[in-house]
Amino acid sequence: MARSHDIPHAQRQLRRRRRVWSYLVLTGLALFFLFPLVFMFVSSLKPDGQILSDTDSWRAFLPSGHISLDNYRGVFARVPVGRFLFNSILVTVLIVGLGLVVNSMAGFALSRLRWKGRRLVLMLVIATLIVPFETIAVPMVYWVAHLPTLLFQDGSLVYDIGWLDSYKVQIIPFVANGFSIFLFAQYFSTIPTSLDEAARIDGAGWFTIYRRIVVPLSGPAFATVAILTFLPAWNQYLWPSMVVQDEKLRPVMVGMQYFFQDTTAWGEVMAYASMITIPVLLVFLAFQRAFVSSVAASGVKG
Amino acid sequence: MTATYRLDSTSAAPAPQNAPPANDSPATARRAGRRATGRARRAETRAGIAMAAPAILLLLGFLIVPVLLGFALAFTNARLISPEPTRFVGWDNFVRAFTIDPSFFHSLINTFAFAAVVVPVQAGFGLFLALLVNQKIRGVTAFRVIFFIPVVTSIVVVSILWKFMYQGNGLVNSFINSVTFGAWQGTAWLNNPNTALGAIIVLSIWQAVGFHMLIWLSGLQTIPQELYEAARMDGAGTWQQFKNVTWPCLRSTRVFVLITITIAALGLFVQIDVMTQGGPVDSTTTLVYHAVRVGYSQQQIGYGSALSLIFFVIVLIIALVQRFLTRDKD
Repeated sequence: MARSHDIPHAQRQLRRRRRVWSYLVLTGLALFFLFPLVFMFVSSLKPDGQILSDTDSWRAFLPSGHISLDNYRGVFARVPVGRFLFNSILVTVLIVGLGLVVNSMAGFALSRLRWKGRRLVLMLVIATLIVPFETIAVPMVYWVAHLPTLLFQDGSLVYDIGWLDSYKVQIIPFVANGFSIFLFAQYFSTIPTSLDEAARIDGAGWFTIYRRIVVPLSGPAFATVAILTFLPAWNQYLWPSMVVQDEKLRPVMVGMQYFFQDTTAWGEVMAYASMITIPVLLVFLAFQRAFVSSVAASGVKG
Repeated sequence: MTATYRLDSTSAAPAPQNAPPANDSPATARRAGRRATGRARRAETRAGIAMAAPAILLLLGFLIVPVLLGFALAFTNARLISPEPTRFVGWDNFVRAFTIDPSFFHSLINTFAFAAVVVPVQAGFGLFLALLVNQKIRGVTAFRVIFFIPVVTSIVVVSILWKFMYQGNGLVNSFINSVTFGAWQGTAWLNNPNTALGAIIVLSIWQAVGFHMLIWLSGLQTIPQELYEAARMDGAGTWQQFKNVTWPCLRSTRVFVLITITIAALGLFVQIDVMTQGGPVDSTTTLVYHAVRVGYSQQQIGYGSALSLIFFVIVLIIALVQRFLTRDKD
């Protein structure tokens, strides 16, 4: 583009005008995307009456009038928020953590090992991608309600039926993920196989090759899968609202239901909504570069 | 670092090329090589199966079995908790859906109406945003991040927020009121059968469009700049560059975006559950919401499974049709 200096004056002016327009449109859209969240955070600091009376002016988006953390105190008094947050963090960490191990091992086996049945398994994994979770939610409830479970009761092992109301029912079904396996397999297949051969001549087993060679070279793949599984795990709603009745085991999104009946306490609703949104927003803003490239990677498969 | 590689007797089989000792006859050497290869191959198979096993078992247990179970239960009268034993009832559940269940009919219409609006509008809006944030101007990353923020926000939270904004005296009506200088009075959007679904469409697009913007953007960034330069040389304007370079180059991105939006749109559930519970008068019931309502809330697992199966078949057909329509022409 060495010829930018001889662009005629009129053309340069046209470009500048176009840029001004771009900024105007972008800013307008940014306001459109941000206003509900700004409204949420601001309202969480106001008493109920003021939230309602502020809706007819700009004050709805400004922390004006009587500002306090009363709503947050109210939420803590009404529902066990701490417990809900703990449950969600536990479930999310385990789904993401176990998922990284299980899916990356499967991705390794499918992309770097030649074995009987590999093609069949690969087909099966790809086939799972077309099943939306919504279509199996109903039979799945029936299924987990009939799964055997072992319990310790009064020092002895008791056999029982039903996985309802537990942490495992929120975690285990979501550990294996066809799309994660697919992403790992794709990434692993870009690592030169000559590394495997060299390691094998040195006497390394396959698991060692996976752990010492392939995993350390695949940081971006692990980051991508972690990010893509983190969001749905944190945001789970349909499944836990069906299988978890016990208040002590509920995640934050289901905890939101405590506010559905009584919709006059809008201040507390906004405070609770803010509390379960802020952690995710902070994670997102801290890792936004990785988020963007993860989503881009998820679209590349075509 | 005493042992970088764990010595493993099964996989330590020497690689075939250095297996045969040099002084052996060629035949024995070949045999020895084959044996070593066979052993290595068996070890590889064992390792492959062992490493894939956890994922395979979990996928079987929590995806394949529920799918098959769903098929089976759809032909029974199973209930979640029931005094009477589960019985095979043939096509009864499907007959019930198509003949005597008015909510099923409404849910079908609403699901398709929702998808028919959301798919083109969200895809188009997403592409527009992607084109905007693909410009080489200062601060454009900040806008990408802002447009993506609703995607990160839980749909449960988003639904609660918009439910409040859609009230008769909510933000949306105040805004309309001040823009039109009071000429146009709003309505309680979610309580009005004529506007409830439309209101849900708007918030759904607002929430998810950022995701597809990023997919489009990654597609745009694969287009070689030389194509644009060549087009400019030929005197192509902005619109012609879009029509002749951008659009054809986005073919595979287009397929992906269309399919993901369609499947997501057909699965509409949370917004309904949080905002309207299918009302008013079934104007916002969707297939998934209806299936969960009868299958879980009313404990009629058999009928709920039948509805889920119908939903699955529809998703499958649409995905296949889209694949077919957008297939490689060559």
